[in-house]
Amino acid sequence: MAKIELQSLVKSYGKTQAVHGIDLTVEDGEFVVFVGPSGCGKSTTLRMIAGLEDISGGNLLIGGEVVNQREPKQRNIAMVFQNYAIYPHKTVGQNIGFGLYTSKLSKEEKQQRILATAKILGLEPLLERRPAALSGGQRQRVAIGRAMVRDPVAFLFDEPLSNLDAQLRAQMRMEIKSLHRRLGTTIVYVTHDQVEAMTMADKIVVMRDGHILQVGTPTDLYENPNDVFTARFIGSPSMNMLEGKLGGGTLSIEGATISGLTLPAHQGEVLVGVRPHDLVVGDAGEPGLGATGIVEAVEPLGSETLVHVQVGKTQIIATAPGRVVPKVGSTVSINAGSGSLYLFDKASEKALGRA
Amino acid sequence: MSATTVSPELSANRRDIRPGRIIVWTLLFIGGLIMITPLLFMFSTSLKTSGQVYDLRLIPLAPTIDNYIKVLGDGRFMQWFFNSTLIAVTVTLSNVFFDSMVGYTLAKFQFRGRYFIFLAILSTLMIPTEMLVIPWYLMASQLGWLNSYWGIMFPGMMTAFGTFLMKQFFEGVPDDFLEAARIDGLNEFTIWWKVAMPMVVPAISALAIFTFLGNWTAFFWPLIVTTSKELYTLPVGISSFSAEASIQWELIMTGAAIGTIPTLLVFLLLQRYIVRGVMLAGLKG
Repeated sequence: MAKIELQSLVKSYGKTQAVHGIDLTVEDGEFVVFVGPSGCGKSTTLRMIAGLEDISGGNLLIGGEVVNQREPKQRNIAMVFQNYAIYPHKTVGQNIGFGLYTSKLSKEEKQQRILATAKILGLEPLLERRPAALSGGQRQRVAIGRAMVRDPVAFLFDEPLSNLDAQLRAQMRMEIKSLHRRLGTTIVYVTHDQVEAMTMADKIVVMRDGHILQVGTPTDLYENPNDVFTARFIGSPSMNMLEGKLGGGTLSIEGATISGLTLPAHQGEVLVGVRPHDLVVGDAGEPGLGATGIVEAVEPLGSETLVHVQVGKTQIIATAPGRVVPKVGSTVSINAGSGSLYLFDKASEKALGRA
Repeated sequence: MSATTVSPELSANRRDIRPGRIIVWTLLFIGGLIMITPLLFMFSTSLKTSGQVYDLRLIPLAPTIDNYIKVLGDGRFMQWFFNSTLIAVTVTLSNVFFDSMVGYTLAKFQFRGRYFIFLAILSTLMIPTEMLVIPWYLMASQLGWLNSYWGIMFPGMMTAFGTFLMKQFFEGVPDDFLEAARIDGLNEFTIWWKVAMPMVVPAISALAIFTFLGNWTAFFWPLIVTTSKELYTLPVGISSFSAEASIQWELIMTGAAIGTIPTLLVFLLLQRYIVRGVMLAGLKG
């Protein structure tokens, strides 16, 4: 187990810089998730940690030692790839054992480790099978097994669940999470799926265009996003954004009324964020945001219904309790209570506070 | 080959025989007949006595295996058979090894001049063998390789076609597999041998079959580079039956018939790889 430190880490391809000097500390035993859209530099950063990409600038420390120039194998980390990278010509047992190819352990010790790993992952009955005869989830477990068997100081996961269907993905999320609890090994996990990030991470790192935008616990990021990007990226469905004006202690939003809120001391154009789950279909009564709009679409999810409502020029998503499914074309009132509005400066997109 | 690919369709469409299909089958049958007739005559002639050679009936009046006994009893023939086997096997192994290694390097490593090297290798495909024979001969002569196994083998030890074929296949191997192995601590040679090679077995099989058959039947270069009969390959040796006082067709045909056995065996055992290889290499059978 080891702490991983990124100190002003830079990655350039020729004149193009893909990662712009990022700083981050992944504590020993921590589960850190890098999240961001495609091309944000999260996979590149992971590959630099793995040693698969040269580091163009800055330092990478694993267990307190600078490892910039070390080969992947010398870093004693293991990686699980998106397409599993398990060898089709080898059996499950051989695939798991392949992680020990360069190990100096005796044959018996290797066999014991393979069996122990297979037992943890529930792969014991499948040891003689080839990958072609396995399901997606089983293949993923084999890939994790190959990483585990070496007893590395850290696991790196590069979008490992992208190829699985929704149900299996949810199951594997929990399996990886509980595996982390049992092994206690440092994990750095890359995904573009914020649900994975929220459900698995001890700490989330939000990246965009090669920069780290925010680092924090899932709750931190959900409750106190630093900027519009993080606010919209974390949480599903995405946070609604309404344009407004702040000045003289009042907030005005086209098509909406604001009452009884304590507002930040800021003058000028703002973006007002409100999460769909805080914006409820029903009559306003309390202080907060209230609006009336025409229902454009509904998405009944069983436990609740997502209601797309046109407010002024903006279409926003509100929620209605499960059995309430407003008709498309009807007019509904929606409201959000105090404390559920996130205010951002329109020009810089930085957070101004909540109201 | 055509029979195996057509027959499942045949049974599936038994109730739906269209005129177009009848024409196709007829053409295929005629084509097959044209190809198989010389082979049948070869076997037929090998069972005839020298007096019956010019009697063109397909089934000999008095079939005899004397020719086989004579040819197989001739030490030279066995020597030629051995030479051909040694040369075809060595050149095949060499091609599988070197073509794969170069193809893998060109497909999976980024380095300056990669495309230039690839184009240079490809461009040699455009030069016909006949044009290369003189430079090969001069090289062999200067290096003292004339009339030796090495002299017969060296031009074919690595081929542009094989390199191209293997490169195309290795490009289809996802990088994740190689990177996973790199993280597991394998060196680059082991990654190529243990990880990448098993993933392109169909290509290796196709390359091995093409190379083996090409070298087994090679005639022109071995004829030029060898002078002593002990070093002849089977096709060259068989042809020497005609250079003596009279042309002994029955012995030539017997030698040729025996010579086709390894070819047929290779084909029968590995035909699905040949078909797949031809399809993947984008060649016409």
